[in-house]
Amino acid sequence: MNLRRLPFTREISLGVLVYLYVPVVVLIVYSFNANRTATVWTEASLDWYRKILTNPSIRNATWNSLVLATAAGIGSTLLALAAALGMRTRFRGAGLVEAVLNAPLILPEIVVAVATLMLFVAIGIDMGLIAMIPAHIAFCIPFAYLPIKARLEGMGPSLEEAAQDLYANRFVTFRRVTLPLLWPGIMAGFTLAFVTSLDDFLTSFFLSGPGSTTLPVYIFSAIRAGITPEINAISTIMLIVSVALVVTSFLLGKMRR
Amino acid sequence: MSATSPFRRAGLVGPALLVVLILVGVPLSIMAWVSLLGRGATIGVDWQSAPSFANYTKLIWEEDFDGTLLFNPTYLSILWRSVWQAAATTVICVSLGLPVALWMSSLSRGARDIAVLLITIPFWTNLLVRNYAWLIILREDGAVSRAADAIWPFGPVQLLYNDAAILIGLVYSFLPFMILPIYAGFEKFDWRLLEAAYDLGANRRRALTRVIVPLAMPGMIAGSMLVFIPSLGSFVTAAILGGGKSMMLGNLIQLQFGQSRNWPFGAAISVVLLALMMLVLMGIAIWKNRQEPKR
Repeated sequence: MNLRRLPFTREISLGVLVYLYVPVVVLIVYSFNANRTATVWTEASLDWYRKILTNPSIRNATWNSLVLATAAGIGSTLLALAAALGMRTRFRGAGLVEAVLNAPLILPEIVVAVATLMLFVAIGIDMGLIAMIPAHIAFCIPFAYLPIKARLEGMGPSLEEAAQDLYANRFVTFRRVTLPLLWPGIMAGFTLAFVTSLDDFLTSFFLSGPGSTTLPVYIFSAIRAGITPEINAISTIMLIVSVALVVTSFLLGKMRR
Repeated sequence: MSATSPFRRAGLVGPALLVVLILVGVPLSIMAWVSLLGRGATIGVDWQSAPSFANYTKLIWEEDFDGTLLFNPTYLSILWRSVWQAAATTVICVSLGLPVALWMSSLSRGARDIAVLLITIPFWTNLLVRNYAWLIILREDGAVSRAADAIWPFGPVQLLYNDAAILIGLVYSFLPFMILPIYAGFEKFDWRLLEAAYDLGANRRRALTRVIVPLAMPGMIAGSMLVFIPSLGSFVTAAILGGGKSMMLGNLIQLQFGQSRNWPFGAAISVVLLALMMLVLMGIAIWKNRQEPKR
């Protein structure tokens, strides 16, 4: 007998896994349904995928989402990398600095989003990508920071000390020793920041202007208009992209520990 | 590596810190100020108006035509719904999260990694899409509704657009936040201590209350924070599964920045939401401090 198993833990857990995955599976299955009404299964078809590929507003929204996620991913990863390197040695107030950097994780997103909207209106910045990119960078920082920091802590100083003992200067040490060792952490951080930005709805919802709709904002307004197989198809694509990226990030995190 | 000089450190940490302060700290301060102002005629805010607490009193009292204040339960009921929905979500997540975390920790090493990945994946998929998936399942002409209609003899069952639908969506959205911290606590535990408890004659009930629950406590508290706070401020779930009737604070805020065009009132509700959140965090911190000396 496994002592850790109390009655029903296995049954509850399997139930929870079913609960977590059944809605997603239903969504994916229905995206391949030929029937317009999306309630009755008729036959398998790729019609809806063909439809969304040719829909200009979906194309435009996808492009905006990718531009935004790339900019937010790169921007937040660079900032987080520098911050993580700076936070390597403990100092007074380190806890406070870390709390500020991680604040976007705990603050309700809707509050930060409307507050940012008010700031941009007050200083006269037009809504659109110009407004969304900095806002996305800010809330992506903790997602990029945590994996980089974890990798740095796992590395230990010995290899860098060895390099410096062998007369490598700071720059060479960083480029030839620190950066290659840190690389999986940086990539994991970038991936998570990218996914977070790609999946974000609320901030984009308040800060997007005409023509700068992102995919989640498009999906939201489409859902409001009614359930259609096209939404199932775009949602499926978004799910697959997120899952692929997160699994990549997970594998990167496990790399050469 | 040589110690980082304070100057160098400021150069490294500074930019990220500045970005968060400017794009999160400053906006929140502006919001607190706006919550004291009046609504504007064309855009959302009248920046010239005299600051007052009118937007906060509006949450509770409504001004009648002759200026007397009447109690108005509309907003308070939304506030109340948000709090109890978030609390109910947290309770359900604890009662599901504990057995799942326990089960995960009893698996073999490889199976555990897969289980962690399986629990993590939904967290990283789009929140909107996950709530939409429930819309498909619960809608009127869906299979679940038809099955419910067949069993339930008193007319058609409405599964969508009510508090229960929101609750299902919230638990679905935030359950991983509860499972993972509890599991993290179990992962490091030396399970021989549980064996010892059994050897010393503890039955399952005792083992649960004396060993497993205390062990899971830090994870359950961290998890409750991670579930309660985003549930309290959630918008997407109630917007998709709650319809127009079942609103939560997040939806009320959005309404002020959308159709109602009353930004100062929206700002005031946001401040109330933040204050509630702070209260919860402080409560947990105080509770934790009390627990520490005992150990």
